[in-house]
Amino acid sequence: MAEFEPKIIAFACNWCTYAAADIAGTSRIHYPANVRIVRVMCSGMVDPIYVLKAFEMGADGVLVAGCHGIDCHYLNGPVKCDAMFEKLKRVVNTLGLEDERLRREMISTSESPIFAQVIEEMVEQLKKVGPSPFKVKMEALA
Amino acid sequence: MNLEDIIQETKTYYCLECGKCTSICPVARYDPAFSPRMLIENALLGFEDELVFNQKLFSCLTCYTCQQECPSDVDFPIFVRKARTIAQDNGQHGVCAHSGQLQSLARLMTSPTIKQKRLEWLSKEYSVSENSDVLLWVGCAPYFEPIFEDIEFRALDITEASLKVLNLLGIKPKLLTDEKCCGHDALWTGDIETFKKLAEHNAAQIKEAGVKKIVFSCPEGYRTFKLDYPNYVDLGCEVQHISELLAEKIGQKGVKFKEINKKVTYQDPCRLGRHLGVYDAPRKVLESIPGIELVEMKHSGWESICCGTSAWTNCDSYSNLLRTERLSEAVETGAELLITACPKCQTHFRCAMVDKGEEHRPTPKIEIMDLANLVANAIEEGR
Repeated sequence: MAEFEPKIIAFACNWCTYAAADIAGTSRIHYPANVRIVRVMCSGMVDPIYVLKAFEMGADGVLVAGCHGIDCHYLNGPVKCDAMFEKLKRVVNTLGLEDERLRREMISTSESPIFAQVIEEMVEQLKKVGPSPFKVKMEALA
Repeated sequence: MNLEDIIQETKTYYCLECGKCTSICPVARYDPAFSPRMLIENALLGFEDELVFNQKLFSCLTCYTCQQECPSDVDFPIFVRKARTIAQDNGQHGVCAHSGQLQSLARLMTSPTIKQKRLEWLSKEYSVSENSDVLLWVGCAPYFEPIFEDIEFRALDITEASLKVLNLLGIKPKLLTDEKCCGHDALWTGDIETFKKLAEHNAAQIKEAGVKKIVFSCPEGYRTFKLDYPNYVDLGCEVQHISELLAEKIGQKGVKFKEINKKVTYQDPCRLGRHLGVYDAPRKVLESIPGIELVEMKHSGWESICCGTSAWTNCDSYSNLLRTERLSEAVETGAELLITACPKCQTHFRCAMVDKGEEHRPTPKIEIMDLANLVANAIEEGR
Protein backbone atom coordinates (compact mmCIF):
# COMPACT_ATOMS: atom_id res chain seq x y z
CA MET A 1 0.00 0.00 0.00
CA ALA A 2 1.28 3.45 -0.88
CA GLU A 3 2.43 5.72 1.91
CA PHE A 4 -0.36 7.70 3.53
CA GLU A 5 -0.53 11.20 2.09
CA PRO A 6 -2.47 13.52 4.36
CA LYS A 7 -4.82 16.13 2.95
CA ILE A 8 -4.59 19.54 4.53
CA ILE A 9 -7.06 22.35 4.05
CA ALA A 10 -5.53 25.76 4.71
CA PHE A 11 -7.70 28.81 5.23
CA ALA A 12 -5.36 31.61 4.21
CA CYS A 13 -5.96 35.32 4.62
CA ASN A 14 -5.94 37.20 1.32
CA TRP A 15 -3.58 39.93 2.54
CA CYS A 16 -0.86 37.94 4.28
CA THR A 17 -0.77 34.18 4.18
CA TYR A 18 -2.25 33.77 0.72
CA ALA A 19 0.29 36.29 -0.60
CA ALA A 20 3.03 34.41 1.28
CA ALA A 21 1.96 31.17 -0.39
CA ASP A 22 1.94 32.95 -3.74
CA ILE A 23 5.45 34.33 -3.21
CA ALA A 24 6.61 30.88 -2.08
CA GLY A 25 5.50 29.72 -5.52
CA THR A 26 7.15 32.52 -7.52
CA SER A 27 10.38 32.16 -5.55
CA ARG A 28 10.30 28.40 -6.16
CA ILE A 29 10.38 27.36 -2.53
CA HIS A 30 9.57 23.66 -2.33
CA TYR A 31 6.88 22.38 0.00
CA PRO A 32 4.67 19.27 -0.05
CA ALA A 33 1.70 19.25 -2.38
CA ASN A 34 -0.66 17.98 0.35
CA VAL A 35 -2.19 21.34 1.04
CA ARG A 36 -5.31 22.79 -0.57
CA ILE A 37 -5.50 26.51 0.05
CA VAL A 38 -8.83 28.27 0.49
CA ARG A 39 -8.43 32.01 0.15
CA VAL A 40 -10.50 33.99 2.63
CA MET A 41 -10.61 37.76 2.96
CA CYS A 42 -9.53 37.71 6.59
CA SER A 43 -8.70 35.06 9.17
CA GLY A 44 -11.41 36.71 11.30
CA MET A 45 -14.08 35.48 8.90
CA VAL A 46 -13.21 31.82 9.34
CA ASP A 47 -16.23 30.32 11.01
CA PRO A 48 -16.06 27.12 13.10
CA ILE A 49 -18.29 25.43 10.53
CA TYR A 50 -15.65 25.86 7.79
CA VAL A 51 -13.24 23.82 9.83
CA LEU A 52 -15.80 21.24 10.96
CA LYS A 53 -17.05 20.86 7.40
CA ALA A 54 -13.49 20.30 6.20
CA PHE A 55 -13.12 17.47 8.70
CA GLU A 56 -16.54 16.14 7.78
CA MET A 57 -15.46 15.95 4.14
CA GLY A 58 -12.33 14.02 4.99
CA ALA A 59 -9.53 16.51 5.64
CA ASP A 60 -6.72 15.11 7.79
CA GLY A 61 -5.61 18.48 9.01
CA VAL A 62 -6.78 22.08 8.92
CA LEU A 63 -4.61 25.17 9.05
CA VAL A 64 -6.07 28.57 9.81
CA ALA A 65 -3.51 31.22 8.91
CA GLY A 66 -3.62 34.99 8.67
CA CYS A 67 -1.86 38.24 9.47
CA HIS A 68 0.01 39.05 12.63
CA GLY A 69 -2.16 41.02 15.03
CA ILE A 70 -1.03 44.51 14.05
CA ASP A 71 -0.92 43.88 10.30
CA CYS A 72 -4.63 43.19 9.91
CA HIS A 73 -6.26 44.88 6.96
CA TYR A 74 -9.48 45.11 8.94
CA LEU A 75 -8.07 46.16 12.33
CA ASN A 76 -8.96 43.20 14.53
CA GLY A 77 -9.40 40.09 12.38
CA PRO A 78 -6.72 38.01 14.15
CA VAL A 79 -8.25 38.84 17.53
CA LYS A 80 -11.59 37.49 16.33
CA CYS A 81 -9.89 34.49 14.82
CA ASP A 82 -8.00 33.71 18.03
CA ALA A 83 -11.20 33.87 20.07
CA MET A 84 -12.98 31.57 17.61
CA PHE A 85 -10.02 29.23 17.44
CA GLU A 86 -9.67 28.81 21.18
CA LYS A 87 -13.29 27.64 21.49
CA LEU A 88 -13.14 25.50 18.38
CA LYS A 89 -10.02 23.78 19.66
CA ARG A 90 -11.91 22.74 22.79
CA VAL A 91 -14.82 21.39 20.75
CA VAL A 92 -12.48 19.47 18.47
CA ASN A 93 -10.52 18.09 21.44
CA THR A 94 -13.74 16.81 22.99
CA LEU A 95 -14.45 15.03 19.73
CA GLY A 96 -11.14 13.28 20.28
CA LEU A 97 -9.11 14.72 17.43
CA GLU A 98 -5.36 14.96 17.97
CA ASP A 99 -3.82 18.39 18.55
CA GLU A 100 -1.77 18.14 15.36
CA ARG A 101 -4.83 18.17 13.15
CA LEU A 102 -5.83 21.74 13.80
CA ARG A 103 -3.28 24.51 13.67
CA ARG A 104 -3.37 28.28 13.88
CA GLU A 105 -0.51 30.31 12.44
CA MET A 106 0.29 33.93 11.76
CA ILE A 107 2.28 34.29 8.54
CA SER A 108 2.87 37.66 6.93
CA THR A 109 3.47 38.32 3.21
CA SER A 110 7.24 38.34 3.57
CA GLU A 111 7.33 35.05 5.46
CA SER A 112 6.93 32.60 2.59
CA PRO A 113 9.73 30.30 3.87
CA ILE A 114 7.79 30.04 7.13
CA PHE A 115 4.67 29.05 5.21
CA ALA A 116 6.59 26.28 3.48
CA GLN A 117 8.07 25.19 6.80
CA VAL A 118 4.66 25.07 8.51
CA ILE A 119 3.23 22.90 5.74
CA GLU A 120 6.26 20.58 5.89
CA GLU A 121 5.90 20.24 9.66
CA MET A 122 2.19 19.58 9.44
CA VAL A 123 2.58 16.92 6.76
CA GLU A 124 5.28 15.20 8.78
CA GLN A 125 3.19 15.23 11.97
CA LEU A 126 0.05 14.07 10.19
CA LYS A 127 1.90 11.19 8.59
CA LYS A 128 2.76 10.02 12.09
CA VAL A 129 -0.77 10.52 13.43
CA GLY A 130 -2.39 8.77 10.47
CA PRO A 131 -5.67 9.33 8.63
CA SER A 132 -8.46 11.31 10.24
CA PRO A 133 -11.05 9.20 12.07
CA PHE A 134 -13.78 10.93 10.08
CA LYS A 135 -12.31 9.70 6.83
CA VAL A 136 -13.74 6.22 7.24
CA LYS A 137 -17.20 7.48 6.54
CA MET A 138 -16.11 9.31 3.42
CA GLU A 139 -14.23 6.34 2.01
CA ALA A 140 -17.21 4.11 2.64
CA LEU A 141 -19.25 6.45 0.48
CA ALA A 142 -16.75 6.57 -2.37
CA MET B 1 -41.32 8.05 2.56
CA ASN B 2 -43.60 10.07 0.34
CA LEU B 3 -46.17 12.69 1.17
CA GLU B 4 -49.12 10.32 0.82
CA ASP B 5 -47.68 7.98 3.47
CA ILE B 6 -47.12 10.87 5.82
CA ILE B 7 -50.71 12.03 5.42
CA GLN B 8 -51.97 8.51 6.13
CA GLU B 9 -49.69 8.00 9.09
CA THR B 10 -50.35 11.29 10.89
CA LYS B 11 -54.07 11.27 9.96
CA THR B 12 -53.71 14.71 8.45
CA TYR B 13 -56.78 13.97 6.29
CA TYR B 14 -58.95 14.52 9.36
CA CYS B 15 -58.08 18.23 9.22
CA LEU B 16 -61.23 20.38 9.39
CA GLU B 17 -59.45 23.55 8.26
CA CYS B 18 -60.64 25.20 11.46
CA GLY B 19 -57.35 27.01 11.97
CA LYS B 20 -57.13 26.45 15.70
CA CYS B 21 -53.53 25.33 15.23
CA THR B 22 -52.55 28.61 13.63
CA SER B 23 -54.45 30.64 16.20
CA ILE B 24 -52.66 29.00 19.12
CA CYS B 25 -49.26 28.59 17.45
CA PRO B 26 -46.66 30.72 19.26
CA VAL B 27 -44.67 31.26 16.05
CA ALA B 28 -47.68 32.25 13.94
CA ARG B 29 -48.52 34.94 16.49
CA TYR B 30 -45.39 36.83 15.46
CA ASP B 31 -44.49 35.50 12.04
CA PRO B 32 -47.33 36.27 9.59
CA ALA B 33 -45.80 33.99 6.96
CA PHE B 34 -45.94 30.89 9.17
CA SER B 35 -49.15 28.95 9.34
CA PRO B 36 -49.54 25.31 10.39
CA ARG B 37 -52.92 25.18 8.70
CA MET B 38 -51.42 26.37 5.42
CA LEU B 39 -48.70 23.69 5.61
CA ILE B 40 -51.35 21.02 6.10
CA GLU B 41 -53.51 22.42 3.31
CA ASN B 42 -50.58 22.32 0.91
CA ALA B 43 -50.00 18.69 1.78
CA LEU B 44 -53.67 17.72 1.41
CA LEU B 45 -54.03 19.49 -1.92
CA GLY B 46 -50.93 17.72 -3.16
CA PHE B 47 -48.76 20.82 -3.50
CA GLU B 48 -45.66 18.99 -2.38
CA ASP B 49 -43.20 21.61 -3.61
CA GLU B 50 -44.98 24.40 -1.75
CA LEU B 51 -44.64 22.37 1.42
CA VAL B 52 -41.14 21.02 1.00
CA PHE B 53 -39.41 24.06 -0.45
CA ASN B 54 -41.04 26.38 2.06
CA GLN B 55 -38.36 27.64 4.43
CA LYS B 56 -41.07 28.11 7.05
CA LEU B 57 -41.36 24.35 7.37
CA PHE B 58 -38.29 24.58 9.57
CA SER B 59 -39.76 27.39 11.70
CA CYS B 60 -42.13 25.02 13.50
CA LEU B 61 -41.00 24.54 17.11
CA THR B 62 -42.61 21.09 17.25
CA CYS B 63 -43.74 22.23 20.70
CA TYR B 64 -47.06 20.33 20.54
CA THR B 65 -49.20 23.34 21.50
CA CYS B 66 -51.28 22.98 18.32
CA GLN B 67 -51.89 19.31 18.89
CA GLN B 68 -53.45 20.05 22.29
CA GLU B 69 -56.12 22.17 20.62
CA CYS B 70 -56.71 20.23 17.41
CA PRO B 71 -60.29 18.85 17.38
CA SER B 72 -59.30 16.16 14.86
CA ASP B 73 -56.21 15.08 16.74
CA VAL B 74 -53.87 15.66 13.81
CA ASP B 75 -50.31 14.98 14.90
CA PHE B 76 -48.86 18.16 13.41
CA PRO B 77 -45.35 17.97 14.96
CA ILE B 78 -44.85 14.46 13.59
CA PHE B 79 -46.26 15.58 10.26
CA VAL B 80 -43.67 18.38 10.19
CA ARG B 81 -40.90 16.03 11.23
CA LYS B 82 -41.69 13.61 8.43
CA ALA B 83 -42.19 16.37 5.86
CA ARG B 84 -38.72 17.58 6.81
CA THR B 85 -37.24 14.24 5.79
CA ILE B 86 -38.59 14.87 2.28
CA ALA B 87 -37.18 18.39 2.47
CA GLN B 88 -33.77 17.01 3.47
CA ASP B 89 -33.87 14.65 0.49
CA ASN B 90 -34.38 17.74 -1.65
CA GLY B 91 -31.44 19.54 -0.07
CA GLN B 92 -33.49 21.79 2.21
CA HIS B 93 -32.40 22.08 5.81
CA GLY B 94 -33.63 25.38 7.12
CA VAL B 95 -31.39 28.15 8.36
CA CYS B 96 -29.07 26.53 10.87
CA ALA B 97 -28.28 28.60 13.94
CA HIS B 98 -24.65 28.94 15.08
CA SER B 99 -23.69 28.47 11.42
CA GLY B 100 -24.66 24.80 11.58
CA GLN B 101 -21.90 23.76 13.99
CA LEU B 102 -24.23 21.71 16.14
CA GLN B 103 -25.66 19.79 13.19
CA SER B 104 -22.13 19.22 11.93
CA LEU B 105 -21.03 17.88 15.32
CA ALA B 106 -23.84 15.34 15.28
CA ARG B 107 -22.78 14.19 11.82
CA LEU B 108 -19.12 14.03 12.84
CA MET B 109 -20.05 11.90 15.83
CA THR B 110 -21.47 9.21 13.57
CA SER B 111 -17.92 8.21 12.67
CA PRO B 112 -17.29 4.81 14.28
CA THR B 113 -13.57 5.36 14.82
CA ILE B 114 -13.53 8.49 16.97
CA LYS B 115 -12.40 8.39 20.58
CA GLN B 116 -14.09 11.22 22.41
CA LYS B 117 -12.64 12.90 25.48
CA ARG B 118 -15.96 13.81 26.96
CA LEU B 119 -15.42 13.30 30.68
CA GLU B 120 -12.48 15.64 31.25
CA TRP B 121 -14.64 17.90 33.43
CA LEU B 122 -15.27 15.12 35.93
CA SER B 123 -13.53 15.93 39.20
CA LYS B 124 -12.86 13.76 42.22
CA GLU B 125 -15.53 15.37 44.38
CA TYR B 126 -18.16 13.33 42.56
CA SER B 127 -18.41 9.60 42.97
CA VAL B 128 -19.17 7.46 39.98
CA SER B 129 -19.19 3.73 39.77
CA GLU B 130 -18.42 1.38 36.93
CA ASN B 131 -20.80 -1.30 38.17
CA SER B 132 -23.80 0.87 38.85
CA ASP B 133 -27.30 0.03 37.68
CA VAL B 134 -28.03 3.68 37.04
CA LEU B 135 -26.57 5.64 34.18
CA LEU B 136 -26.43 9.43 34.05
CA TRP B 137 -26.74 10.65 30.48
CA VAL B 138 -24.33 13.54 29.90
CA GLY B 139 -25.39 14.20 26.32
CA CYS B 140 -24.12 17.25 24.47
CA ALA B 141 -23.13 19.25 27.56
CA PRO B 142 -19.33 18.96 26.99
CA TYR B 143 -19.81 20.39 23.49
CA PHE B 144 -22.13 23.19 24.57
CA GLU B 145 -19.59 24.32 27.13
CA PRO B 146 -17.19 26.18 24.77
CA ILE B 147 -19.84 27.10 22.20
CA PHE B 148 -22.08 28.97 24.66
CA GLU B 149 -19.38 30.56 26.75
CA ASP B 150 -20.27 34.01 25.38
CA ILE B 151 -23.76 33.95 26.83
CA GLU B 152 -22.44 32.82 30.22
CA PHE B 153 -24.15 29.48 30.04
CA ARG B 154 -22.35 26.48 31.49
CA ALA B 155 -24.14 23.34 30.38
CA LEU B 156 -21.86 21.17 32.50
CA ASP B 157 -23.07 23.01 35.61
CA ILE B 158 -26.36 21.18 35.14
CA THR B 159 -24.62 17.84 34.69
CA GLU B 160 -22.43 18.44 37.73
CA ALA B 161 -25.44 19.47 39.80
CA SER B 162 -27.32 16.34 38.72
CA LEU B 163 -24.35 14.23 39.65
CA LYS B 164 -24.08 15.92 43.04
CA VAL B 165 -27.79 15.38 43.72
CA LEU B 166 -27.56 11.72 42.74
CA ASN B 167 -24.53 11.28 45.00
CA LEU B 168 -26.33 12.89 47.92
CA LEU B 169 -29.29 10.59 47.34
CA GLY B 170 -26.88 7.70 47.68
CA ILE B 171 -26.68 6.83 43.99
CA LYS B 172 -23.28 6.45 42.38
CA PRO B 173 -24.15 6.55 38.69
CA LYS B 174 -22.20 5.20 35.80
CA LEU B 175 -21.02 7.59 33.09
CA LEU B 176 -20.33 6.44 29.55
CA THR B 177 -17.01 7.43 28.02
CA ASP B 178 -18.21 7.00 24.49
CA GLU B 179 -21.82 8.02 24.36
CA LYS B 180 -22.81 10.12 21.38
CA CYS B 181 -25.37 12.80 20.65
CA CYS B 182 -28.84 11.29 21.21
CA GLY B 183 -29.79 12.42 17.71
CA HIS B 184 -32.79 14.48 18.77
CA ASP B 185 -31.93 17.44 16.57
CA ALA B 186 -31.01 15.26 13.60
CA LEU B 187 -34.34 13.46 13.89
CA TRP B 188 -36.43 16.61 14.17
CA THR B 189 -34.69 18.29 11.25
CA GLY B 190 -35.35 15.24 9.10
CA ASP B 191 -31.82 13.83 9.02
CA ILE B 192 -32.90 10.25 9.66
CA GLU B 193 -29.67 8.67 8.47
CA THR B 194 -27.58 10.47 11.10
CA PHE B 195 -30.19 9.73 13.75
CA LYS B 196 -30.20 6.01 13.02
CA LYS B 197 -26.43 5.73 13.25
CA LEU B 198 -26.33 7.61 16.55
CA ALA B 199 -29.21 5.59 17.97
CA GLU B 200 -27.59 2.29 17.03
CA HIS B 201 -24.29 3.31 18.58
CA ASN B 202 -25.90 4.51 21.80
CA ALA B 203 -28.10 1.45 22.14
CA ALA B 204 -25.05 -0.81 21.75
CA GLN B 205 -23.15 1.19 24.37
CA ILE B 206 -26.03 0.96 26.82
CA LYS B 207 -26.46 -2.77 26.29
CA GLU B 208 -22.75 -3.24 26.92
CA ALA B 209 -22.96 -1.16 30.09
CA GLY B 210 -25.77 -3.38 31.33
CA VAL B 211 -27.63 -0.70 33.25
CA LYS B 212 -31.23 -0.88 34.40
CA LYS B 213 -32.07 2.81 34.39
CA ILE B 214 -30.89 5.92 32.56
CA VAL B 215 -31.34 9.30 34.24
CA PHE B 216 -31.50 12.41 32.08
CA SER B 217 -30.94 16.04 32.96
CA CYS B 218 -32.05 17.01 29.45
CA PRO B 219 -35.69 16.53 28.39
CA GLU B 220 -34.74 16.27 24.72
CA GLY B 221 -32.58 13.24 25.33
CA TYR B 222 -35.29 11.84 27.58
CA ARG B 223 -37.95 12.21 24.91
CA THR B 224 -35.73 10.71 22.24
CA PHE B 225 -34.89 7.68 24.37
CA LYS B 226 -38.40 7.17 25.60
CA LEU B 227 -40.48 7.71 22.47
CA ASP B 228 -38.19 7.58 19.44
CA TYR B 229 -35.53 4.99 20.17
CA PRO B 230 -38.05 2.12 20.57
CA ASN B 231 -39.02 2.61 16.89
CA TYR B 232 -35.46 1.99 15.76
CA VAL B 233 -33.49 0.15 18.43
CA ASP B 234 -34.01 -2.00 21.48
CA LEU B 235 -32.79 -0.40 24.70
CA GLY B 236 -33.96 -2.86 27.31
CA CYS B 237 -33.89 -0.46 30.23
CA GLU B 238 -35.95 2.16 31.99
CA VAL B 239 -35.50 5.90 31.36
CA GLN B 240 -36.29 8.72 33.76
CA HIS B 241 -35.89 12.46 33.96
CA ILE B 242 -34.05 13.74 37.01
CA SER B 243 -37.13 15.67 38.17
CA GLU B 244 -39.17 12.44 38.23
CA LEU B 245 -36.45 10.67 40.16
CA LEU B 246 -36.31 13.53 42.66
CA ALA B 247 -40.09 13.63 43.07
CA GLU B 248 -39.97 9.91 43.85
CA LYS B 249 -37.14 10.19 46.37
CA ILE B 250 -38.27 13.34 48.14
CA GLY B 251 -41.05 11.66 50.06
CA GLN B 252 -38.59 9.16 51.50
CA LYS B 253 -37.01 9.79 54.84
CA GLY B 254 -33.48 11.03 55.02
CA VAL B 255 -33.76 13.62 52.25
CA LYS B 256 -33.48 17.03 53.85
CA PHE B 257 -33.41 20.48 52.32
CA LYS B 258 -32.11 23.67 53.80
CA GLU B 259 -34.23 26.77 53.54
CA ILE B 260 -33.95 28.93 50.43
CA ASN B 261 -36.09 32.03 50.62
CA LYS B 262 -36.93 32.80 47.05
CA LYS B 263 -39.92 33.43 44.88
CA VAL B 264 -39.55 31.32 41.78
CA THR B 265 -41.45 30.59 38.60
CA TYR B 266 -41.20 27.52 36.42
CA GLN B 267 -40.85 27.22 32.66
CA ASP B 268 -42.22 23.92 31.33
CA PRO B 269 -39.86 22.63 28.65
CA CYS B 270 -41.98 21.50 25.72
CA ARG B 271 -40.32 18.08 25.49
CA LEU B 272 -40.90 17.37 29.18
CA GLY B 273 -44.36 18.90 29.44
CA ARG B 274 -46.44 18.54 26.31
CA HIS B 275 -44.42 15.74 24.74
CA LEU B 276 -44.25 13.51 27.81
CA GLY B 277 -46.83 14.96 30.18
CA VAL B 278 -44.42 15.55 33.07
CA TYR B 279 -45.89 18.66 34.68
CA ASP B 280 -46.23 17.70 38.33
CA ALA B 281 -42.87 16.16 39.17
CA PRO B 282 -40.78 19.37 38.86
CA ARG B 283 -43.44 21.36 40.73
CA LYS B 284 -43.51 18.80 43.51
CA VAL B 285 -39.74 19.07 43.82
CA LEU B 286 -39.89 22.88 43.94
CA GLU B 287 -42.66 22.92 46.52
CA SER B 288 -40.85 20.52 48.80
CA ILE B 289 -37.91 22.90 49.25
CA PRO B 290 -38.69 25.03 52.32
CA GLY B 291 -38.83 28.77 51.69
CA ILE B 292 -39.44 28.40 47.96
CA GLU B 293 -42.61 30.09 46.82
CA LEU B 294 -43.72 28.89 43.39
CA VAL B 295 -45.72 31.36 41.33
CA GLU B 296 -47.07 30.36 37.92
CA MET B 297 -46.72 32.45 34.80
CA LYS B 298 -49.72 33.63 32.79
CA HIS B 299 -49.24 30.63 30.52
CA SER B 300 -48.18 27.52 32.38
CA GLY B 301 -48.62 23.78 32.23
CA TRP B 302 -49.77 22.65 28.79
CA GLU B 303 -50.31 26.27 27.73
CA SER B 304 -46.76 27.31 28.49
CA ILE B 305 -44.88 29.10 25.74
CA CYS B 306 -41.83 27.49 24.18
CA CYS B 307 -38.41 29.11 24.49
CA GLY B 308 -38.46 29.99 20.80
CA THR B 309 -36.21 27.66 18.83
CA SER B 310 -35.93 23.95 18.45
CA ALA B 311 -33.22 21.77 16.92
CA TRP B 312 -31.05 24.82 16.24
CA THR B 313 -32.87 25.86 13.08
CA ASN B 314 -34.59 29.02 11.90
CA CYS B 315 -33.73 31.14 14.92
CA ASP B 316 -34.86 34.57 13.76
CA SER B 317 -36.20 37.86 15.08
CA TYR B 318 -39.60 36.22 15.63
CA SER B 319 -37.99 33.65 17.90
CA ASN B 320 -36.45 36.49 19.84
CA LEU B 321 -39.82 38.23 20.21
CA LEU B 322 -41.24 34.98 21.54
CA ARG B 323 -38.47 34.71 24.11
CA THR B 324 -38.86 38.31 25.15
CA GLU B 325 -42.58 37.75 25.66
CA ARG B 326 -41.92 34.67 27.78
CA LEU B 327 -39.30 36.53 29.82
CA SER B 328 -41.73 39.39 30.48
CA GLU B 329 -44.30 36.86 31.67
CA ALA B 330 -41.70 35.51 34.08
CA VAL B 331 -40.80 38.99 35.33
CA GLU B 332 -44.49 39.95 35.71
CA THR B 333 -45.02 37.18 38.25
CA GLY B 334 -42.68 39.04 40.60
CA ALA B 335 -40.41 36.01 40.85
CA GLU B 336 -36.71 36.58 41.25
CA LEU B 337 -35.68 33.28 39.75
CA LEU B 338 -36.79 31.46 36.62
CA ILE B 339 -36.44 27.72 36.95
CA THR B 340 -36.37 25.45 33.94
CA ALA B 341 -35.54 21.80 33.50
CA CYS B 342 -33.99 21.94 30.04
CA PRO B 343 -30.49 23.12 29.11
CA LYS B 344 -31.77 24.42 25.80
CA CYS B 345 -34.45 26.63 27.36
CA GLN B 346 -31.67 28.15 29.39
CA THR B 347 -29.44 28.68 26.34
CA HIS B 348 -32.22 30.44 24.47
CA PHE B 349 -33.34 32.66 27.32
CA ARG B 350 -29.79 33.63 28.20
CA CYS B 351 -29.12 34.42 24.56
CA ALA B 352 -32.20 36.67 24.45
CA MET B 353 -31.07 38.46 27.62
CA VAL B 354 -27.66 39.29 26.10
CA ASP B 355 -29.55 41.51 23.67
CA LYS B 356 -30.33 44.79 25.44
CA GLY B 357 -33.50 45.35 23.41
CA GLU B 358 -34.79 48.68 22.19
CA GLU B 359 -34.66 51.87 24.21
CA HIS B 360 -38.41 52.04 24.83
CA ARG B 361 -38.65 48.30 25.31
CA PRO B 362 -35.61 46.80 27.01
CA THR B 363 -35.31 43.02 27.25
CA PRO B 364 -36.69 41.85 30.61
CA LYS B 365 -34.01 40.42 32.86
CA ILE B 366 -34.39 37.61 35.34
CA GLU B 367 -31.99 35.18 36.94
CA ILE B 368 -32.33 31.75 35.37
CA MET B 369 -31.36 28.39 36.79
CA ASP B 370 -31.89 24.71 36.16
CA LEU B 371 -34.00 22.67 38.55
CA ALA B 372 -31.02 20.38 39.22
CA ASN B 373 -28.88 23.34 40.27
CA LEU B 374 -31.50 24.62 42.68
CA VAL B 375 -31.91 21.21 44.25
CA ALA B 376 -28.13 20.77 44.45
CA ASN B 377 -27.91 24.07 46.35
CA ALA B 378 -30.76 23.17 48.68
CA ILE B 379 -30.08 19.54 49.50
CA GLU B 380 -28.27 18.98 52.77
CA GLU B 381 -25.09 17.03 52.93
CA GLY B 382 -24.44 14.24 55.41
CA ARG B 383 -27.99 12.97 55.56
